[in-house]
Amino acid sequence: MAGSHDVLFRTLADPTRRAIFERLCLEGEQTVGALTARAGVSQPAVSKHLGVLKQAGLVRDRHEGRQTHYSAQLGALAPLVDWTSQMAGFWESRFDDLEDLLRRMDQ
Amino acid sequence: MSQPSTETRSVVVEREVPFPPEKIWRALTQPHLIEEWLMKNDFKPLVGQAFSLRGDWGSVDCQVLTVEPNRSLAYTWGALGLDSVVTWTLTPTSIGTLLRMEQAGFRQDQEQAYRGASAGWRNFFANLEAVLGRMD
Repeated sequence: MAGSHDVLFRTLADPTRRAIFERLCLEGEQTVGALTARAGVSQPAVSKHLGVLKQAGLVRDRHEGRQTHYSAQLGALAPLVDWTSQMAGFWESRFDDLEDLLRRMDQ
Repeated sequence: MSQPSTETRSVVVEREVPFPPEKIWRALTQPHLIEEWLMKNDFKPLVGQAFSLRGDWGSVDCQVLTVEPNRSLAYTWGALGLDSVVTWTLTPTSIGTLLRMEQAGFRQDQEQAYRGASAGWRNFFANLEAVLGRMD
């Protein structure tokens, strides 16, 4: 698995962080306050999760007055949903196992 | 390996292996052998036959389309809302066989739906959780 995958998986491994990201994906741009209201954790905790998501390129922030609005960056998930490269990697490793099997069938 | 086009996209993996087509054919069509390199399955080499491939992350729904012993095998491959066709072609060479796998038919609208629609997102997260579960 490529390095970019590791960062994405690590970032989304936390269920609270994943829930925040999923909400931004499904509902669009929101403020920290709006996210906190339904996150079940404190505002500083939500801010911290948003910081990690931002570092992974999964969210973008936009300042407006005293409010910061966060939105999901779906493009950051491209390495995970690029089917042709995903499947090419899958089949390459299946070919490896098939060759192993064919060698064992000889014996 | 990947070939972008306007209508559909496909993945091609090709390898020359030092084994005769007959032997490779067995590995591609006998369930206990398929399981060793691909997934658990209830494959039968009969045109029209439905079968499934089962991994620890979920299953792939398939249907046999073409069976030309020692030459060509094709089946549909449906997983996570994406439908495609997997075609195996075996061509004898001086050292063995040129084995070619083409997975074709990822329509662009399917991929966009997968990226954007809320149903697609639910699939994505379910899949992600399965992957994360395996990493533990």
